Amino acid sequence: MVDEGAKLVNIQPVMPKCWRADTKPHRFCPGCGHGLVLKALGEAVDDLDIAGRVVFGADIGCSLLAWDLFNLDSVQTHHGRTVPVITGLKRANPDLIGICYMGDGGGYAIGAQHLVGSAARGEKITVILVNNTQYGMTGGQMAPTTMPGQKTETSPFGRDPATTGAPMQGPEMVASITGEGAYVARGTVFNVRQLKGFIKKALANQMAGRGYSFVEALSLCPTNWRTDAAATWNMVNEVMPRYFKVGELKVPGETGGR
Amino acid sequence: MAGKPIEGEKRVFMTGNEVVAYGALAAEADIMYGYPITPQNEIMHYWTRMVPKYGKRFLQTEDELSAGFTTIGGVMAGKKAFTATAGPGNVLMQEPMSMAEAMRLPTVSIVQQRGGPSTATVIYSQQEVILTTMGGNGEGLRVVYSTATHQELFDYTIKAFNTAWKYRFPTFVLGDGYQAKMRESLTLYDPAGRGIELVPPQPLLGAPGVPGVDRPPAQYRNTYSMEEELAEVLAKNIADYEAVSGEISEWEESGTEGADLVIVAHGVVSRAAKLAARELRGEGIRIGYFRPVTLRPLPAARIRELAARAGSFLVVESSYGQFTRLLKEAAYGAAARMIPLFKPGVGVTAEEIVARARELLSWSMRGQSS
Repeated sequence: MVDEGAKLVNIQPVMPKCWRADTKPHRFCPGCGHGLVLKALGEAVDDLDIAGRVVFGADIGCSLLAWDLFNLDSVQTHHGRTVPVITGLKRANPDLIGICYMGDGGGYAIGAQHLVGSAARGEKITVILVNNTQYGMTGGQMAPTTMPGQKTETSPFGRDPATTGAPMQGPEMVASITGEGAYVARGTVFNVRQLKGFIKKALANQMAGRGYSFVEALSLCPTNWRTDAAATWNMVNEVMPRYFKVGELKVPGETGGR
Repeated sequence: MAGKPIEGEKRVFMTGNEVVAYGALAAEADIMYGYPITPQNEIMHYWTRMVPKYGKRFLQTEDELSAGFTTIGGVMAGKKAFTATAGPGNVLMQEPMSMAEAMRLPTVSIVQQRGGPSTATVIYSQQEVILTTMGGNGEGLRVVYSTATHQELFDYTIKAFNTAWKYRFPTFVLGDGYQAKMRESLTLYDPAGRGIELVPPQPLLGAPGVPGVDRPPAQYRNTYSMEEELAEVLAKNIADYEAVSGEISEWEESGTEGADLVIVAHGVVSRAAKLAARELRGEGIRIGYFRPVTLRPLPAARIRELAARAGSFLVVESSYGQFTRLLKEAAYGAAARMIPLFKPGVGVTAEEIVARARELLSWSMRGQSS
């Protein structure tokens, strides 16, 4: 009789072709959403067959842990500077496909000027920004994306919009300052198939040389949220969409977006 | 597209910023990234006008952080990339240049010093010495050429690209507002005509082939999990830097043999120092002149030798002892006194140096007779 249990233990998870097997398992916390976003990105790179042209830029914070996750050329920097590094690279060699992977702190706070500047200039790069509503690596402080009433280490009694503002609407801002060739979407790890589709379209937009491409991914941080599995899923499926609308905001060729 | 920007040799009369743009062209730089700040702006102005003619590129960024980080992207793509900045822009530039130091990236930055601290004046100073040599949260593993003339601005702009790509340390040409804005005669030349071989750039990222299939992926990071990982990288970089410091460092000196007093200066101030020493020597006075061209790595061995023999260094600088601090570290343990002539944020004339030197010489003679 075949031991079904032993068979199951030997089954390896299916990894995107462009992932490095020798750096797995990855270094993210159990239950982290980064692995899901990076899997969607890896599959998009596989489907488009562009591993030989991609340069993957990782930022600091939890996203830095992806620096050697792929079998892709990569550069890891900090504070949202992955955007100017990849911008400079793309300007110097337009044949490359530049990906900037960063968190909400890097993109919307300390490196926001780079997001604004690069979007307004219509750089032919793809920015993937992971929104988990707080600073993960530094221990769960309030971020521009923290939701009203949400408790973090620097808003221990809940974020008060009267004194600290409302959650940053990143894709909405990028959509409003980019030209017609831009692709802007917000996906979620709750729907990885849709997220992968958005990332693929964002990469294809860069490859066509149409304009800026930007995808925000709503993600999970059970470690700093201090949530169990059910509460974590509830957060990303029920709570976050109240403040962050999932879908495509700007698609080249479609007026008014969706 | 036009051919070489400079055929053979050509005598010209131009501003220092224009000279830098021509130097970068002569060095076959591919792309400049920049953000406006006085007094370096005309480097961008001249470069942007030459861009279409010579098939070059330019990007005006949102700030100097971005100018530095896009320059990093440019060199990683395998292009000769450079930027130019000054003052508070140079402060921001230290963040990207720290990363260039961490990853051994051959960036070239032109710094035209202005008054400090903060925005101060747009005119001139030598107050960006510590910032440019030791800026950032690292160990100063970089090369800094302090130029004195327009000819040197041209020579060392070309040399900066070669040094950066040969040794893979971020390289700086440290000028100032006087050099940037004044006009002066110099000879532009095609480096090949003078036997100068240009070091070719290479892609660090995006080289041919599929990573993981045809070649291992090229992966660069500036964050480490463990102290030991970082220590290993630093130990290698520091050893590399120390091994080449001797061949990179450059200086200029005259009349130091047997001189009790040596006038020491760098950059544009060294012109006044040189003139002062010449005038005093014309009167039969024994006085030396010494000028490091590289402030990083400093010609430390030569400074130590001189400091062991001379009684005093008269250190002249347009800052309040930033240059002196570098000299003291190099000369530590040697007997020479370091006598200051500090004029932070303003220029120094040969007359002022001569007057100060006379005072010192008369004191020391009085000392001998008593």
